[in-house]
Amino acid sequence: MNLFVLLKMVPDTVEELNIASDGKSLDSEYLRFKLNDPDEHALEEALLLKERAGGKVTVVALDAPEVDDALFMALAKGADRAVKIPADQASLGTVATARMFATFLASGGGQITPDTLVLPGSQAIDDLEGEVAAYLGEALSLPYVGVVSSVSPVNGKVVVLKEFSGGMRGEFEVTLPAVLGIQSAEKPPRYVPVAKVRAVMKSAKIETADIAPPESAKALAVERMYKPEVAGRAQMLEGTPEDIAVRIASLLAERGII
Amino acid sequence: MSTGILVLVEHLKGTMADITFEMLGVGRKVAAAQGGQVHAVLLGKNVAALATRLGAADSVLLADEPSLEQASAEVIVPLLQQLMAQKQASLVLLGGTNASFGLGVQLSARMKVPFVNFCKGARVEGGSLVLTSQLFSGKILSDVKLADGKGIVSIYPGAFPAEAGRSDKTPPVEKVAVPPGSPKVVFKRYIEPDTSDVDITKQSVLVAVGRGVQNADNISLAEDLAKTLGGAVCASRPVIDQGWLPLSRQVGKSGMSVAPKLYLALGISGAPEHCEGMKGAQLIVAINTDPKAPIFDVAHYGANADCLEIIELLKEAVEKKKTK
Repeated sequence: MNLFVLLKMVPDTVEELNIASDGKSLDSEYLRFKLNDPDEHALEEALLLKERAGGKVTVVALDAPEVDDALFMALAKGADRAVKIPADQASLGTVATARMFATFLASGGGQITPDTLVLPGSQAIDDLEGEVAAYLGEALSLPYVGVVSSVSPVNGKVVVLKEFSGGMRGEFEVTLPAVLGIQSAEKPPRYVPVAKVRAVMKSAKIETADIAPPESAKALAVERMYKPEVAGRAQMLEGTPEDIAVRIASLLAERGII
Repeated sequence: MSTGILVLVEHLKGTMADITFEMLGVGRKVAAAQGGQVHAVLLGKNVAALATRLGAADSVLLADEPSLEQASAEVIVPLLQQLMAQKQASLVLLGGTNASFGLGVQLSARMKVPFVNFCKGARVEGGSLVLTSQLFSGKILSDVKLADGKGIVSIYPGAFPAEAGRSDKTPPVEKVAVPPGSPKVVFKRYIEPDTSDVDITKQSVLVAVGRGVQNADNISLAEDLAKTLGGAVCASRPVIDQGWLPLSRQVGKSGMSVAPKLYLALGISGAPEHCEGMKGAQLIVAINTDPKAPIFDVAHYGANADCLEIIELLKEAVEKKKTK
């Protein structure tokens, strides 16, 4: 199979997020970036598919802080090829990003063969304009399914599981080539030792694909960005861990839960 | 401006989803301010009976065909495109659900109108529709303006009152023809959740673990505590994705919706996708090291602490209370 995984760096929400002085964007000064969680699962699913059905895994990303680390990490995990499109991801909206990936895939850089699967993460936490995967399906006129948590090749097609709500899932048969937005891989993303990543950094190269950002695809204009005002805040229990434990136990006893 | 508003009705296996009424409520609000009609678009297999519940809409556009059972974007999007043209609709409201995932994006690309995701607030301001979206796991809000009121909007489940979209009226139903086709994405079957292990929706006490539980070994600590409390352990997505607990224990958007007497959230940050599945709990107690974690916005009681330091102490404290 010809597998493409699209990677995106997103702000790590474990860190405090602050608003920039323009009031319309995040303050980038102290932002730490990490690979978008579903993208990490998309990579894992691609590697699992390669192990089961054979093929080649290409990871593609736009330029963003720490993206080289993510690309080398993907190579260390077993991806065959890593490509960076040197356009600043932060300045592009989802629509423009998707168009650039589409151009890459439709041009010599990608090449969509009959056994191609394009696997972006299902969504990202900053997808104000929607998800890349669905745009890409539209731009490339390929079948698309999102929120996918399992992909199995069967008779030249793939059978995928899509998550609904309440733990319910649906099984779909999809004709290739196709775009599948991956929510989670069948197995937890594999771990790769730092030493292996370092070795790959020395031996492997990240390719560059020069693709111009589309002029017409303007990002949605944000009027204002702000932190939510907290409406109903929890009553906070203070003290040592012992104090907190005793307070909680009392609360439960008062309510007849224990 | 007087144009149509389309609401794509959400239902799963014959059951109407509350998000449908939330969307109809939003549609009514916008129509009241700007004029125009609200049309509920009801698509699926054996769904005609659901139309009677859509009285808040001015009309129901119905297509009830076997081929529409869990039909994919390649079928739904052209249908919505056709209905937008027919009803001169400038605004389309979709559920921010897994079922409708991707539809809005593709429709917006075809109609060349903006798509706004994660919408949890909507107001009409000087003739423009201002939409508030929650980004970065609920930590940041952003306002965007649809200047001419044109757009496709994905409504976050639970953000708007469902009551505003309920009505006893009987809406007129208009049948919609589905063009024949041979889709490349074909629905095969539903896979029900496996609750043979524990059905967390039936538990009155749930000890929920998130990323803060740190590793698989610590799950047993939570299990011991749950046992003492007479409940079961459930988890947020990251824990399930790591394979530390089975899928049947997941609470949230893709997982189960639970409403126990006690929901003890340990090391769960409270991303909107998680809160969607647990905010109906009678008592929510959250322990998290991040004082700004959104879980404290839905919890009744909270403690800013490492859950791993509390978990065993709490078990002891509960045992002591029980023997008294």
